[in-house]
Amino acid sequence: MIRVIDVHKSFGQKEVLRGVNLNIEKGETMVVIGQSGSGKSVLIKHLIGLLKPDSGEIYVDGVEISRLNDDALMKVTRKFGMLFQGAALFDSMTVAENVRFGLERYTHLCEDEMRKRVAESLALVGLSEAECLMPHELSGGMKKRVGLARAIAYRPEIMLYDEPSTGIDPIRADAINDLINKLKCDLGITSVVITHDMVSSYKIADRIAMLYDGKIIEVGTPEEIRGSQNAIIQQFIHGQADGPIKD
Amino acid sequence: MANLFPNALVLSAFEQLGSVGLLFFRTMKNLFRKPREHQTLLQQLEEVGVRSLPVVSLTAAFGGLVFGFQMYVGLHRYVGPGSEAYGGPIITLSLAKELIPILVGLMISGRVGSSMAAEIGTMKITEQIDALHSLGANPIRYLVVPRALAGFFMMPCLVLYGDIIGILTAYFYNVMLMGVNRVIYIQNTLTYLEIWDVATGLIKASVFGVVIAIVGCWQGMETEGGAEGVGRATTRTVVISSISILILNFFISKLLPATLRGG
Repeated sequence: MIRVIDVHKSFGQKEVLRGVNLNIEKGETMVVIGQSGSGKSVLIKHLIGLLKPDSGEIYVDGVEISRLNDDALMKVTRKFGMLFQGAALFDSMTVAENVRFGLERYTHLCEDEMRKRVAESLALVGLSEAECLMPHELSGGMKKRVGLARAIAYRPEIMLYDEPSTGIDPIRADAINDLINKLKCDLGITSVVITHDMVSSYKIADRIAMLYDGKIIEVGTPEEIRGSQNAIIQQFIHGQADGPIKD
Repeated sequence: MANLFPNALVLSAFEQLGSVGLLFFRTMKNLFRKPREHQTLLQQLEEVGVRSLPVVSLTAAFGGLVFGFQMYVGLHRYVGPGSEAYGGPIITLSLAKELIPILVGLMISGRVGSSMAAEIGTMKITEQIDALHSLGANPIRYLVVPRALAGFFMMPCLVLYGDIIGILTAYFYNVMLMGVNRVIYIQNTLTYLEIWDVATGLIKASVFGVVIAIVGCWQGMETEGGAEGVGRATTRTVVISSISILILNFFISKLLPATLRGG
């Protein structure tokens, strides 16, 4: 469904991605792990066309998206829903207006259907009562759940999650993990999750890819990653300060 | 090393110019494309136009008063008592053509341009602009086009309103307070003032409106580095748009004909 081929990306002198290769199959949940600042968010932003690679190719359902113009790219982004690290809710809109934003642009639903879909999406994340609240009235966890409701409201085929459990308590984080699994089972959504939380990774991943030094150094099932002989992976998944990863 | 510094400065200036030029080009390209963001446009028309009325009222009122006062003093001192009544056309022409467009432009760049930069800059650093893209809204079409249109249409309205306030307060000072001959003052003003004089000010206002909006949006979209970056973008917006207004004002004044009466 998504193929990333030899993608390079630099910001000024800093080379963030140095030849990333990754295949994501339809219906699977791919978790990309790596240190903070390793380029995970940069990688995920390439998948939805927010960033363009310096070189390399990205295919979504056979369409190479890195060279599309704005309007053609919008047709591809319709397939994606994205949960941002800080939720990225629109400050000037209520929760309900945030959730219906994508519906207005991506669907042709009538007013009643749209209202129903907003209510359904918020119910799915357990925030039915929050429709009229403004983002500044929500806690960090609630913002993430509204961000999730907004992203799934128009029924995307692929969900991108940027650090879904960061900044929220373990119980809420686990609830979001359950939600990611539920969306996969109920709606058959393909998911790409960026995280450095190994508990979440093992719970939601079909496969895990490790991004290190600008490259994917290993891809495998949670069991394969647990049993990896690669010292870098072992150091990362066990959270050890000593090892080949120095900074 | 000493030679490198100016080169780097020139390069950076060209880079900035290219960046704002590209944003202007992309805004023009998206001007007539669908979907049109009517709701955002209405909000911006209100923000740029209606909410600026108090500040424009005060600026124009005191601009008119002080200019009327200085014209009275000048004519009284250098031409002689009684000549003050002939100041009407000069006051009106200067206010409508130069003073009000510039004063309103500077005030709007401080009030509206800075708020555009702060709002879009905050959206940038909190990933709201990325969220717009992911939810099917082209950020140029959603954020920049409505602001540029609001600047283009509302600035002339504000300047026209400011012209009326400024001309009335100058009249008030000269005729009501200083006892200048009302008939001569009005008659001279109507004889020598052309519609074109007012139109020149309105043309300038439209250009200033677009400049303020584009600079504000550009600085907002270039924001990096959290709250400090937002503060920097806001300050730079006011500085860049104010200087641009002063420079452009001169060139527009030179380029547009002084009169349409063939004189």
